Amino acid sequence: MVPLDNYLILSGILFTIGVIGVLVRRNVIVIFMSIELMLNAVNLTFIAFSRYLNSIDGQIFVLMVMVVAAAEVAVGLALIIAVFRIKKTVNVDEINILKW
Amino acid sequence: MEYLPTLYLLILFPLAGAVANGFLGKKFGDKFVSWVGCSVIGFSFLLSYIFLSKLISARPGTVYFQRLFFWIGAGDFNVEAGLTLDSLSAVMIMVVTGVGFMIHIYSVGYMHKDPGYARYFAYINLFVASMLILVLADSFLLMFVGWEGVGLCSYLLIVFWYEDKKNADAGKKAFIVNRIGDCGFLIGMLLIFAQFRSLDFGTVFTRAMELGIGNPIIVAITLLLFVGAVGKSAQLPLYVWLPDAMQGPTPVSSLIHAATMVTAGVYMIARCYILYLSAPLTMTIVAIVGVATAIFAATIGLVQNDIKRVLAYSTISQLGYMFLAVGVGAFSAGIFHLMTHAFFKGLLFLGAGSVIHGLAGEQDLRYMGGLKKYMPVTYWTFLVAVLAITGIPGFSGFFSKDEILWNAFSSPMGNSVLWLVGVATAGLTALYMFRLFYMTFLGSSRFKPEKEHRIHESPKIMTIPLVILGFFAAVGGWFGIPNKLGGSNRFAKFLEPSFELRKYIIRDTSNGEHSLSLEYILMFISIIVVLIGWSIVHQMYLKKTDIPLKIANVFSRSYKLLLNKYYVDEIYQAVIINPFIKISNIFWKAVDIKIVDGLVNGTANVFLSAGERLRKLQTGYIQEYALSLILGTVIIIGYFIFK
Repeated sequence: MVPLDNYLILSGILFTIGVIGVLVRRNVIVIFMSIELMLNAVNLTFIAFSRYLNSIDGQIFVLMVMVVAAAEVAVGLALIIAVFRIKKTVNVDEINILKW
Repeated sequence: MEYLPTLYLLILFPLAGAVANGFLGKKFGDKFVSWVGCSVIGFSFLLSYIFLSKLISARPGTVYFQRLFFWIGAGDFNVEAGLTLDSLSAVMIMVVTGVGFMIHIYSVGYMHKDPGYARYFAYINLFVASMLILVLADSFLLMFVGWEGVGLCSYLLIVFWYEDKKNADAGKKAFIVNRIGDCGFLIGMLLIFAQFRSLDFGTVFTRAMELGIGNPIIVAITLLLFVGAVGKSAQLPLYVWLPDAMQGPTPVSSLIHAATMVTAGVYMIARCYILYLSAPLTMTIVAIVGVATAIFAATIGLVQNDIKRVLAYSTISQLGYMFLAVGVGAFSAGIFHLMTHAFFKGLLFLGAGSVIHGLAGEQDLRYMGGLKKYMPVTYWTFLVAVLAITGIPGFSGFFSKDEILWNAFSSPMGNSVLWLVGVATAGLTALYMFRLFYMTFLGSSRFKPEKEHRIHESPKIMTIPLVILGFFAAVGGWFGIPNKLGGSNRFAKFLEPSFELRKYIIRDTSNGEHSLSLEYILMFISIIVVLIGWSIVHQMYLKKTDIPLKIANVFSRSYKLLLNKYYVDEIYQAVIINPFIKISNIFWKAVDIKIVDGLVNGTANVFLSAGERLRKLQTGYIQEYALSLILGTVIIIGYFIFK
């Protein structure tokens, strides 16, 4: 059986990649994908703990996260398309209308 | 006490006139204004006459009253608005409406074609209404309403020609000086309430009687009320507003600043005679202030050259007489002089107005003279008034002044010094009044050439009131011919019920101790003094006209002192007004601008600059927000891991 540590390290790496992707990439779509990566890193942790603690709670939570993520993708992509229609770009540096 | 439900009509008529003239006068024209303005006062006068005759025929001591409405109720502070009419207020309403009616009619001629005609009549109607409230009020608070009302009208009428800054300044001066007095009146009133839990005249006086004589609280109350009277009635040291008040139209000077309003202080003291008699200290002060004002103002009047200013100082001086009278406890003598003074001083001002009108605005005595042949009616009526004010036997002023002087000598609160100063003032009165008269009507003409051909007698609408007032100035004193001259002093008898409690407060030892011959001697002395004054003027201003100038040169220092009115205005300017302005400047520039404004603006500036800096945090880049979010999370997690 693969030890718990390996799962957690993999999950940490995936999460960090997601965070760095969110922080450094400028394309909204890529940022969006990075967020999904972070969510899935968390899902992996849930599954691993579920298996090792012999508890079904983690798996239920993962299903929950996936449902929310699916809904979030739908809304998020719709927003991106709406912004794209106005600004003709998906570069976040140019989408800075939240500024003072 | 008898109920009289029509009493309020007295006030309602002039009030309605003021409203009608004020709001509709411009629309309906001058003719409407004249009819409304005069007839409402006429109605009031008729009513006053009816009430007076009712009062005379009623049982002595009858008091009519009318409860108007419940006014203020707050805790145990309850005031009802009500009117009372006793013999004292009956005399007052007769004077106010009678003299007021004459002056209204006169104003129709004097104010003819003035652009503010309707406004003028609205103001003087309102004045009469306020004055009637003042004299008919049955509580201190309602009296104060009238008191402030007449002050307001006085201000409005002094600044009637408001385009001229001089008039506006005079009005402000009158208003502010009066405010000083009113402040005293107000505090006195509050003290009355604190002490007696009521402001109703009857209640207050009854409770004051129980406190006895010389109680310090009553002394304080009476002194504070007297401060109000000093302001309103132009006594030392608050008299300075009255000469300046002459900037208003002349009929206003006549009605407000001579005949009625300025006597409000005398009336107030007479109304509160129980309080004043219970405070002997205050009485002494009242008498001293009165007699000092009388002689002080008379000396200034000697050398003034503006016809209205001489009359203004003469008014101050005569008011001093009235205060002397009430100060020695001779209330009916004071009110008697108030009445005769209203006749002759009203007449003097109207006569002066007629002269000014005839000379197209000339007020300087040095450019008058010899008007007798141009203005015969004005001349004769003016002569009657001068004889009355100087106290030539037979004319009204003689009886009232003689009664005051006799009381100043013989009353338990009087003494020979008061009498002596009073007589000296009578002599000075003769000097300045005959000087005024000779310089205006007799001698050679000294008109400015451009005015000479336009001199004319005033129209009938102005001369008829002069003649009527002249009649009363001549015979008005016959209501009160004293016993020693074969009369029965009906005036004092009529007023007696208003002062009936007098004998319970002071033991009246007067008149009985002094022999009749002493009375005659004193009277004789004052007549002689007046006649000497007259003959001096006659010599100086008719025969040897160079003497006045010589005297002025020889006594140049005292002449200058008098001409500049003892520099009182300058002293006030230096001692009170300038320091006041300086302090105000300090408060303005240091306290207000630096501290108050600094605090307010400083607070705003702190937030402004803080915001200016903090807004840089909002870059608009989502990733920076995300970075700060993640950093925050890392810090918090790190804290829990490594703590």
